[in-house]
Amino acid sequence: MQLQFFVQLLVSGIATGAIYALMAVGFALLWQTSGTINFAQGEFIMVSSFIILWLMGLLHIGLVPAFFLAMFISMFIFGFLFKRILVDPLLKYGDVPLIIATIGLGMIIRELTRIFWGANALPFPSLVKNKILIFGGLRVGTADLVTIAVAIVIIAALQLFLNKTFVGRSMEATAQNQDVARILGINVDRMILYTFLINAFLVTSAALLVTPKLLAKFSSGETFGLIAFMAAIIGGFNQVRGALIGGFLIGIIDNLAKFYLARVHLPFTDITLNLSPYALAIPLLLLIGVILFKPEGIFGRKEERSI
Amino acid sequence: MSSKLNSTIQGQQLVKTETLKSFDYLTWGLAIALIIGLILAPLWLKNYGLILLCTWAFRTVAVQGLNLTMGYAGQVSLAQAAFMGVGAYTSTLLILKAGVNYWLALIIALLISLLIGFLIGFPALRIKEGHYLAFVTLGFANLIWLVLRNEQWLTNGPLGIRDIPRPSIFGYSLFEPIRFYYFSLIMLALVTLVVWFILRSPWGRAFKALRDNPARSESLGLSQTTYTLLAFAIGSAFAGVAGVMQAGLVEFIDPDSFVLWRGLLLVMMLVVGGSGSLIGPFIGAAIVTLLPEWLRFTGEYYLVIFGLGVIIVMRYFPKGLAGLLPFVKKRFFTREVQS
Amino acid sequence: MVAGYGATTILNSTTIEVHEAALTTVIGPNGAGKSTLFKAIFGMLPIREGKILLEGQDITHLKPLALLEKGMAYVPQGRNIFPQLSVEHNLEFGGISLKNLQETRVRMEKVYEQFPILKARAKKQAGTLSGGEQKMLEIGRAMLLEPKLLLIDEPSIGLSPILVQQTFDLLLALRDRGVSILMIEQNAKKALGISDYGIVLQQGRLAMAGTAQGILNHPEIGHLFLGGVVKV
Ligand SMILES: Nc1ncnc2c1ncn2[C@@H]1O[C@H](COP(=O)(O)OP(=O)(O)OP(=O)(O)O)[C@@H](O)[C@H]1O
Ligand SMILES: [Mg+2]
Repeated sequence: MQLQFFVQLLVSGIATGAIYALMAVGFALLWQTSGTINFAQGEFIMVSSFIILWLMGLLHIGLVPAFFLAMFISMFIFGFLFKRILVDPLLKYGDVPLIIATIGLGMIIRELTRIFWGANALPFPSLVKNKILIFGGLRVGTADLVTIAVAIVIIAALQLFLNKTFVGRSMEATAQNQDVARILGINVDRMILYTFLINAFLVTSAALLVTPKLLAKFSSGETFGLIAFMAAIIGGFNQVRGALIGGFLIGIIDNLAKFYLARVHLPFTDITLNLSPYALAIPLLLLIGVILFKPEGIFGRKEERSI
Repeated sequence: MSSKLNSTIQGQQLVKTETLKSFDYLTWGLAIALIIGLILAPLWLKNYGLILLCTWAFRTVAVQGLNLTMGYAGQVSLAQAAFMGVGAYTSTLLILKAGVNYWLALIIALLISLLIGFLIGFPALRIKEGHYLAFVTLGFANLIWLVLRNEQWLTNGPLGIRDIPRPSIFGYSLFEPIRFYYFSLIMLALVTLVVWFILRSPWGRAFKALRDNPARSESLGLSQTTYTLLAFAIGSAFAGVAGVMQAGLVEFIDPDSFVLWRGLLLVMMLVVGGSGSLIGPFIGAAIVTLLPEWLRFTGEYYLVIFGLGVIIVMRYFPKGLAGLLPFVKKRFFTREVQS
Repeated sequence: MVAGYGATTILNSTTIEVHEAALTTVIGPNGAGKSTLFKAIFGMLPIREGKILLEGQDITHLKPLALLEKGMAYVPQGRNIFPQLSVEHNLEFGGISLKNLQETRVRMEKVYEQFPILKARAKKQAGTLSGGEQKMLEIGRAMLLEPKLLLIDEPSIGLSPILVQQTFDLLLALRDRGVSILMIEQNAKKALGISDYGIVLQQGRLAMAGTAQGILNHPEIGHLFLGGVVKV
């Protein structure tokens, strides 16, 4: 029974983690290829879900077509325009001005969302109706399974693209060493644009999967951004794989911690504490620990560059 | 006749320029007029205006602290609002729950913020490359918020703490808005003097040297890590003081007053005003405090406008509005001297 | 040519000439601007004044891709592989300017013939190769293009004496096949010993140019650079 419960928590943790991985991978990609530390990542995710809702209402279309439309809008605004208008002109001043500009952008998006759609949380449709399936005593929700499946398909497709196609490998090369990529004749600027487009796509996908559970709310970008950040740093931001594993790790920790911290029995006493509000503290402490002991991330590698 | 002589090499030519004395007169005149204006402000401002100025004052103190970290040491701290929370809650709880004297509570709040600054700055600043301080302070800001919300027995949770007292000195209460205003003004003046002093001390010069040429200063035996850590810790202590000022002014604190995005807002105030400049924080805090008042018609759009302003400033004047000053000086108050 | 980083000027009115089908070595003290010279030639730095000609054609402001298409290749100083990609995929990038994957594959086989060790390690992550193998990979990647002019910056750094010898032999073989090579070397005596021509760079300026033998025998140069710096 104990173990069974643990497995159930693990499954929903993996589902959450899969979404977090989507949030973090694009974040890490931008960071690697262009040095953009995108503090507006969470707001990109948050507003994408509002765009999907808006399109559904406006065009009277279903969730899936609205998602694909929103994806193109997102790729144009948060991919193409974001890079051309904000990142390209600022990158030459170093990374701090760009960090601050993305903070400003995040605030603009959050405030506009609050103004246009209000401060209340809006319900968001899920891809499938949640039914509880029972596998030999294991209770697993279909929503979780679909989330895991969709996220894994997206992540696998991304990995295949990055590893098995020449363009994908050129993007990886750009991320690993931009100067050498340039010397070899790789169109570095185009590769960077592709990462921005991919990030926009991942952001919309994350919005599609995360919002049914958490509702659409203008202020949730802060949490999403924090998660992307933590996942990328804990896992190792200089690798896609690092951010991926970081995302899953945080999702699993999150689910386990919420449950197991709810009844913490202090040894040698009768006192039981409910520490579940501190579930978020665990990845935060992990983050600080990683920075202390392994700043390149648990699965990252030390940077070595020369030219 | 000339106040300063500068030599610069333009092309192959040595050009001597001098700053006109009128520039010094003008800046000093403006500064003195501003100070007198602030002192006399209660003559024509009602309570509301004074409260705005008090808000401006504590924000400036917090941003001035951030200026040490970001402007001079070149590191990003996202937890400045969290440190304000540390200061506000420490002093308030000491006063209300332990009956500690206001001024003692203020000093303890300052010291605790300083100590925490050292504790979290140390691991983050060991690594010079990258923005680890930003990441650690991001984590810290969230942790503080969690604690403030969840330790209800101590902090009263999300409901916050009401009826926070204002100080009195030698039995003379500073409760009245006008008195609290002068209290805020004096605190602001003190903090500004401290920063001014730091920047002019050998220590401050080392800072600037580090900022302008880390490699060279390092070889002169200055430890970048130590200086950055000191800057960050002192800057955090200023935030603690600002938090105490805010608690007294608003007479109410709650966790949401010190969440992450408030810290981000302080960062934006600094860069818009001009980081690395003594007057930058004054300008940045004034803009955020006065913008919603001036732009009444913009209503809820004021943060959107401010966000746009941040991006435009980053794009066109990366040195902030205060960065325009040297430009004005060079353009209008400098002439070439024949040598 | 005048070039530099940002506002600082590193190269000041430097003029050099590279002879066809010959090995030319650039020497000079650390920080003289040797690597900067290569970066400027290869379109990685803006050139403020001056001109670069390749067989009479002006190639001054061309981007790396255009230069590769014109038959130039550049192996920079230090490690220049993509450690997380396989050896094979690293090598493949040598053929970008061919714009023909088929042709690239054919040429990769030729490179493998030259460097059997790379073939043996083809599927491995390039970061797992030894320092010498990584340098082989870089040189192989540049040779894949069968360039007319090869710029190579301190190929011997960090290599064992045997590998240094092998690398130099390889460069000589390339020269004998008609490739013009411009090489930077710290190990001035040894490098000039096998070179046809030499160039001495000092503080971003051309200090001397001539036959390698002439420079080796020049009393002042010998005193300046060749005295104590011979390290093996
Ligand atoms: N990216 C850069 N930005 C600014 N200055 C640079 C940069 N790279 C090199 N420099 C400076 O340019 C000068 C020349 O450097 P360069 O690398 O060309 O020297 P080098 O002759 O190749 O020396 P070495 O023998 O050490 O390789 C040095 O003073 C160096 O500090
Ligand atoms: Mg060099």
